[in-house]
Amino acid sequence: MAKQLLLGDEAIAQGALDAGLSGVYAYPGTPSTEITEYIQQSKQAAEGHIHSIWAGNEKTAMESAIGMSYAGKRAMVCMKHVGLNVAADPFMNSAITGANGGLVVLVADDPSMHSSQDEQDSRYYAKFALIPCFEPSNQQEAYDMAYDAFDYSEKYHTPVLLRVTTRLAHSRSAVERRAPRPQNEIHLDPNPKQFILLPANARQHYKKLLGKQDSFIHDSETSKYNKYIDGTDRSMGIIASGIAYNYLMENFVGTTCPYPVLKISQYPLPTALIAKMVDECGQVLVAEEGYPLIEDQIRGVLNRTGNIRGRMDGALPRDGELNPNLMAKALGMPDTQGMPIPELVVPRPPALCNGCPHIDSYNALNEAMKDYGKGKVFADIGCYTLGALPPYNAIYSTVDMGASITMAKGAVDAGLTPAVAVIGDSTFTHSGMTSLLDAIYENTPITVLILDNSTTGMTGGQDSHALGRLGNICKGLGVEEEHIRIIKPLKNQHDINVAIIKEEIEYQGVSVVIPTRECIQTLNRRMKAKAKAKAE
Amino acid sequence: MKTDIILAGVGGQGILSIANIIGYAAIKNGLNLKQAEVHGMSQRGGDVQSHFRLADHEIASDLIPMGKADLIISVEPMEALRYLPWLNNEGWVITNDQPFINIPNYPDQAKLADTLNKLPRKVVIDADRIATDLGSARSANMVILGAASPYIQLDFATIENAVAEVFARKGEAVVETNLACLRAGRAFAEKQ
Repeated sequence: MAKQLLLGDEAIAQGALDAGLSGVYAYPGTPSTEITEYIQQSKQAAEGHIHSIWAGNEKTAMESAIGMSYAGKRAMVCMKHVGLNVAADPFMNSAITGANGGLVVLVADDPSMHSSQDEQDSRYYAKFALIPCFEPSNQQEAYDMAYDAFDYSEKYHTPVLLRVTTRLAHSRSAVERRAPRPQNEIHLDPNPKQFILLPANARQHYKKLLGKQDSFIHDSETSKYNKYIDGTDRSMGIIASGIAYNYLMENFVGTTCPYPVLKISQYPLPTALIAKMVDECGQVLVAEEGYPLIEDQIRGVLNRTGNIRGRMDGALPRDGELNPNLMAKALGMPDTQGMPIPELVVPRPPALCNGCPHIDSYNALNEAMKDYGKGKVFADIGCYTLGALPPYNAIYSTVDMGASITMAKGAVDAGLTPAVAVIGDSTFTHSGMTSLLDAIYENTPITVLILDNSTTGMTGGQDSHALGRLGNICKGLGVEEEHIRIIKPLKNQHDINVAIIKEEIEYQGVSVVIPTRECIQTLNRRMKAKAKAKAE
Repeated sequence: MKTDIILAGVGGQGILSIANIIGYAAIKNGLNLKQAEVHGMSQRGGDVQSHFRLADHEIASDLIPMGKADLIISVEPMEALRYLPWLNNEGWVITNDQPFINIPNYPDQAKLADTLNKLPRKVVIDADRIATDLGSARSANMVILGAASPYIQLDFATIENAVAEVFARKGEAVVETNLACLRAGRAFAEKQ
């Protein structure tokens, strides 16, 4: 089959499709979004009636994927790293139920926090759940691992975590496909208690999971994805995991690395291969994209030998992404740098688009809040987080999906009033509804602005589960109808909007203001498509 | 043989259309390529870059090491300068001279032009005007690609074919305009 030019994310999607996937479940999140989008646009997926509609959040996505695995079919769930925190409950327990149909949990980590609030390393979650983890170093491995992960999952009846990082997710290269495999037929697990995690069952299942660990380690030691490449100079050995392997090898293009190299892309750690390197080499440099998971385990708390180097001893930076230059420095090779950046070059931070409805919402909110002092607006995750930057300087918190509402509640509980929460429509249905219910239950005086741009904007305009439902959801949860105020965030409505927001802030109960106007990006795209359809 | 290119611009300016054409041409020539893109938050009017690598041998890193890029191709003049640490000693800067001003502290334009002119190897081109004169302001990126083409290790005919094939579904008129823009950019660079 001819090679195809694919993003790492797209390679994973194609690998899963060719492995006989029956459904992908996901909530959009950079850098994982393109996997599900690829499947949504795939002809192969449409012909196979493969499920690919967005889920409400990562937890619901994970649970649906477990359900599809229960039914015997192959399911993948995709999320960004912080999404796995949301899905952690079903994720951890899926390790105990195990998988019936192949179950792959794709997590895209974001070291250097290009579009995230932390750089947590999902390999820890795989270790925590005691399940195998694959970490591709390039696009071809991303494809192959997605394909193989389903077989592996079914062989051991275990979910498999597939971990990528931003650079691989969003980098394109040629990928060779394998022959597609048909989807599974529906078949239930022969053990009817397999998915009933009553303590008596769970204890048995957990012992079974523990019993698989030696096989997992043995497979890692013999995996085609973990390679021990011997070298002539054993004064140093190098362990490089995932994409760090490429950054290492970039420094030896056209030559041969003199040091023994252990490439790790399959976990749990291949103990015997690591022992060989530690025994045979004077010191060991560990390069991994993310936290020092491998390095920390080899060092141990006592660090008795003192010859393990990496992120923990400063050979590599403790935080942020790696790159070929950082690797060169750690290897004692000369660093290469071109000309310095001229002083007149200034930062160009991201900004709300021209015509964005959030601009009008923030202008109105800032005016309504101006007599109440600073520090009383709690925001959330989305484009509107940019309201933290000038010229708005409108918000004082962004922590996690849905936190705006519950943080505002906690602040009011502490006596800080008034408190306003700002949350997007999609973030609200992701994790804000239960927060609002907490406030309603106690009748906490907070005002929630649900910025309804009818889409999931920051990740590129995916459908929002909230579309056309926000007012009714709030009413159903128990917000009084007269305190659900729908406004139009436009310049010429500014004075009316300020007055409405002020009224609701003064109301001593739960109020919701919903500024409603479509995202300018999705609107422009829709208009273009319409004009094109008309022309044809 | 290899060409390592930093593509630079502002989120929304469409630097990836340039990458698409070079990528298409490279694949046709049986070359290896890797192309790291920026998605997500930075796309909202922030500075964006793409690392584009093509070679006749296997490519290891998705990111170009600093000091190793052969070319900076930028659709915005200040953004061209942001990536100078990546450029090698012999490298060229190809940039549009039309600023995209969406920040209050954008540098003085005369000083910016002066800094660009002092670079040892550069092509600074008014791609917007050339594209507009040729009847398609939206094809400025093809003018810039044309101006960069003498420094990319691909036959010009291969790049022309790539433009023709990538734009084919938009009709012959669009193909012709884009080819005209590409050739005008190349002619400008060759006159330098």
